[in-house]
Amino acid sequence: MTGISMVVNGRAVSGDVEGRTLLSSFLRDDLRLTGTHVGCDTSQCGACVVHVNGKAVKACTMFAVEADGAEVATIEGEANADGSLSVIQQAFQDHHGLQCGFCTPGMVMSAAALLKDNPKPTETEVRDYLEGNICRCTGYHNIVKAIMAASGQDVSAIAAE
Amino acid sequence: MPKDSGIGASSKRREDLRFLTGAGKYTDDINIHGQTYVHFLRADVAHATINSIDTTAAAAMPGVVQVFTGADFEAVGGIPCGWQVTDRFGEPMQEPRHPVIAHGTIRHVGEIVAAVVGETLAQARDAAEAIVLDLTEKPAVVDMKAAATEGSTKVHDDLASNICYDWGFVEENRDAVDQAIKDAAHVTTLELVNNRLVANPMEPRVAVGEYSRSDDMHTLHTTSQNPHVIRLLMGAFVLGIPEHKLRVVAPDVGGGFGTKIFHYAEEAFCTFAAKAVNRPVKWTSTRSEAFMSDAHGRDHVTKIELAMDADNNFTAIRTETYANMGAYLSTFASSVPTWLHGTLMAGNYKTPLIYVNVKAMFTNTVPVDAYRGAGRPEATFQLERVIDKAARERGVDPIALRRQNFVTEFPYATPVAVEYDTGDYEATMAKLEEIADIDGFAARRAESEAKGKLRGLGVNCYIEACGIAPSNLVGQLGARAGLYDAATVRVNATGSISVMVGAHSHGQGHETSFPQVISEMIGIPEDQIDIVHGDTSKIPFGMGTYGSRSLAVCGSAMVRAAEKVINKAKKIAAHLLEASDADIELKDGQFSVAGTDKSVAWGDVTLAAYVPHNYPLEDIEPGLEETAFYDPANFTYPAGAYACEVEVDPDTGKVTIERFSAADDFGNVINPMIVSGQVHGGIAQGIGQALLENCAYDEDGQLISASYMDYAMPRADDLPFYTVDHSCQTPCTHNPLGVKGCGEAGAIGSPPSVVNAVIDALQSGGKNVTHIDMPVTPARVWEAMNNA
Ligand code: FES
Ligand code: FES
Repeated sequence: MTGISMVVNGRAVSGDVEGRTLLSSFLRDDLRLTGTHVGCDTSQCGACVVHVNGKAVKACTMFAVEADGAEVATIEGEANADGSLSVIQQAFQDHHGLQCGFCTPGMVMSAAALLKDNPKPTETEVRDYLEGNICRCTGYHNIVKAIMAASGQDVSAIAAE
Repeated sequence: MPKDSGIGASSKRREDLRFLTGAGKYTDDINIHGQTYVHFLRADVAHATINSIDTTAAAAMPGVVQVFTGADFEAVGGIPCGWQVTDRFGEPMQEPRHPVIAHGTIRHVGEIVAAVVGETLAQARDAAEAIVLDLTEKPAVVDMKAAATEGSTKVHDDLASNICYDWGFVEENRDAVDQAIKDAAHVTTLELVNNRLVANPMEPRVAVGEYSRSDDMHTLHTTSQNPHVIRLLMGAFVLGIPEHKLRVVAPDVGGGFGTKIFHYAEEAFCTFAAKAVNRPVKWTSTRSEAFMSDAHGRDHVTKIELAMDADNNFTAIRTETYANMGAYLSTFASSVPTWLHGTLMAGNYKTPLIYVNVKAMFTNTVPVDAYRGAGRPEATFQLERVIDKAARERGVDPIALRRQNFVTEFPYATPVAVEYDTGDYEATMAKLEEIADIDGFAARRAESEAKGKLRGLGVNCYIEACGIAPSNLVGQLGARAGLYDAATVRVNATGSISVMVGAHSHGQGHETSFPQVISEMIGIPEDQIDIVHGDTSKIPFGMGTYGSRSLAVCGSAMVRAAEKVINKAKKIAAHLLEASDADIELKDGQFSVAGTDKSVAWGDVTLAAYVPHNYPLEDIEPGLEETAFYDPANFTYPAGAYACEVEVDPDTGKVTIERFSAADDFGNVINPMIVSGQVHGGIAQGIGQALLENCAYDEDGQLISASYMDYAMPRADDLPFYTVDHSCQTPCTHNPLGVKGCGEAGAIGSPPSVVNAVIDALQSGGKNVTHIDMPVTPARVWEAMNNA
C-alpha cells in the first residue's frame, strides 16, 4: 500500500492504494466520486475522462499513484459554484446531448478540454476530438451540436430538434 | 407555434441534471456496508467436458469468503426461456437446461465455470487463478449449416440434434407459395448474412445481491430494463423465492438496447450467494466479460426469393433462414427469428403469398437474443435488399417499384398474421424525397465523380410491430407471460402527483415525457408530476421497456389510471360545487360547472380528498390514487422511409456516409426532441451494423472480437449529421394516445439503405456488384469491386 494525496475538485484528499489501483477506481471506490464511469477495460470508451493538471486523461489508463500530488478535476466539479450547470453542461441539456447518461461525464470533460484548446471548433474538429469517447445512445448528432453551441456558434441550421 | 409544455412540447429532460453533474445512481454506484465481491472464472474454450474442478487452493487464499461451482446450483432451476415456439410439425422446440454455473459440460467461451466470493475484487480475482480445471475438449459447433447436418457434433448430448426448431410460417401457404414462385414472370433471389452484433450499452451489467435473515428478504440491484420480469423469472423458475420475499431494483441504467431485458446467470448467482454467505455480493462486469456473457444479437443466414408478375407486382415471397440461438436459450431468443421476424415479412407491400422458414440452431457460442429491433431489422434488411436487386434486374426505379406495391388501404391484413391498423407509406416516401433532396442527387453525384469518388443513393422502407404486445395473441403464439403494463397515479394532498410506472427508462427520458401527458390531461405544470420506476417494491407491476412499448403500453396504462383519478376528482368537485358530476369540466387545473362561473382548483379538490371534512363519504372513499393495467388490442405499426448517400473511394473501398435522412410515422408524438434523439441513436446503430460492427468467432468457437480494439463501435467521426422528420402522423387507432413507438425504428430502417447505396455507387462505377454482406468494410468493397 502506498499513501497518496492529491487535490480533487479543489479539495485535498488522501488515501492508501495498491500499486495496481487505477485512478478511476481510486476516484470511484475510495473517494466515492461515482460520476467518473468505467465502460471498458482497454482504454477505448472515454467514459472515465477527467482532467489531471488541466489535461484530459482517461482515468483508467493511469495508476492512482501516478496522480500523487496532482490537481484532478472530475464531472462532480464541473458545475458553477452556485450549483447551476456550466455552459457546456447546459448546452448538453438544451440540445439533448445525452440519453442514458453513462458516457456523459466523459463527454463533458472531453468537451471542456477541447474548448479550452480550440474555442471555436468546426464540426470535423469536434468529431475528430471525440474519437476516444464512445456513445451508444445519441448517434453523436446532438453531442456534436451541443459542443458547437457551447462554443458560441449558431447551430440552428443543423437539422432536427 | 411549438408548445412549451404538455403533449407535443420539446420539454428539456429533467433527468439530465443528475447525469450531467455526476449524480446519476447506476448499479455500480451502489455500495452496501459489508459487501463482498464475486469474480467469475469463465470458460476459455467453447466446448469441453469438465472432468473435475479443484477449488481447495483457491478457497484457502487470503480474503476468500466462499468458492462456488456448478454442483452448488444442482438443486436450483435453470435459467428459463420465456417463449415456447412450436415447430412446423406441431412439436415444441427443444429446450435444454441452462445452468447458472456450468455443470459437467462447457458450451461456450465465457460460460461461468466457478465463482469466487472475496473480501475485495482483487482477492477474488487472484484466488480464481488458483482453481484447477481438468477438461476434455470437444469439437466446437460454430457454423449453423454444418450444425444442421446429420452426424454433427451436438451442443447438447441429451437433445436429438442441434436444431432447436424448424418453423414454417404460414405453414398452410407453403405449397401455394412454391407454386406462385414457379408461375412467376420473374423471381429475384438473394442470399445474405445478417451479421452477429453485440449490443454494447456503455454501462456494463452489474448485479448486487443482498439478503436479510431477520425477515428472509432478498434484494437484487441489477442493470435491467424490466425488474418485474427478473423477479418473476428468477424468483419463480430459478431460485424459488416468492414475490413478497424478493425485491428487484433497477436504478439508473446506462443503456439497454435489448441486452438488459434478459435474466442472466450472474443475477441469480448474486441473489443466491448473498444468502449463502449472508453478506451482500457485488458483481461488476468488465467490458471483456460483457462481450462473452451479454446476449448477442442478429446472426441470421438467409435466402430470400421475391416473385413478380410481368408488370412487377409482387406475387410471392419465400425465405429460408438459419438463426443462431447460441449454446442456450436466452429469455426471448426463440421469439426473435419467428414471431418478431416472420410476421413482418410483408413489409410495406401487398404481397399476397408469403412463406417463411426458420431453422433455429444451437451452436457453441454466447446465447443470441433481442437487440434493438429484434427480428424486424432482419426482416427489413432482406426484403428491402431483394427489392433493390429486383429493381435493378427489371430495369425500373427502386422507389417506383416500392410505390407500385405499397399497401394503400387500412386496416390491412397481411398474409403473415398481423393487421396493420393505419399508415400512409406514400406520405413518408414523399416526405423522404423532400428532406433527402432526391432530385439533387444527380448533381451531387457529378460533384463526387469530379473528385474521383463514386456516389450512391440507397432508399428503403420499413415497418415494425411495436407496443408489445396483446397478451391473448402472444399467449397463443407461445409467450409464457402476459405483455400488458401497469401504472399507478398517486395524487398527493396538495395536488402534486407521483406516477409509478412499470416501464423502465434507461435513456428514453420517461421522467420527462410521461409527466407531459399527465400535465396535458389535468392542466397542472409538468414539474408537479414525478415518475417512479425501476423498483418492484415501489411500483405495482410492469413488464418493462423493450419493443418500443413504453408509451404505447405503459403510457396507455398511465392514461387510464389518470382518467380514473380525474373521474373521482370530478365527483369530489361536484360535491364541493354543489353540482352534478356530469356537469363538471376540468381545464387548466380548474374544475368548473359547465355554463356557470363556479369553479374550484385542482389543489382544493385533492386536499379535500385527503382532509375529507366536507366530502361525499357515503359515495366515495377518501384519497386520490388509482391503478390501471393496460393490455393492448393490437401491435402498433410505425413505418417510414430512409435514404442514405455514400461516397466510395474506388482506390481503397472506403465508404463514407455523406447524407442520411429518415422520414418516420410514429403516430402522435409527445416530445419531438426525445423522438428525434431516439431516431439518431438507432440510425447510428444501423450504420454501425452496415459498415463497422461484426461479432466474429473462429472455427474453434473462440470469440475473436472481444474488446473495443476488435469490435468496431461507431464513433463520432464515422457519422454525419442526420436529417430526421416525424411530421407524417397516422395515429394508432387502438391506444388512447395514438402513439406507435419510436425506439427501434432507426436501427431497423437504416442498414438496407446503406448497403443499397454502396451497391448503387459501385454500379455507377460500372462494377456489376449485386450484394456485399455487412459489415461493408473497405476490404469487402475492394474485393467485390476487383472481382466484379
Ligand atoms: S473506462 Fe477508461 S476508456 Fe473506457
Ligand atoms: S448517452 Fe448513453 S452512452 Fe451516451
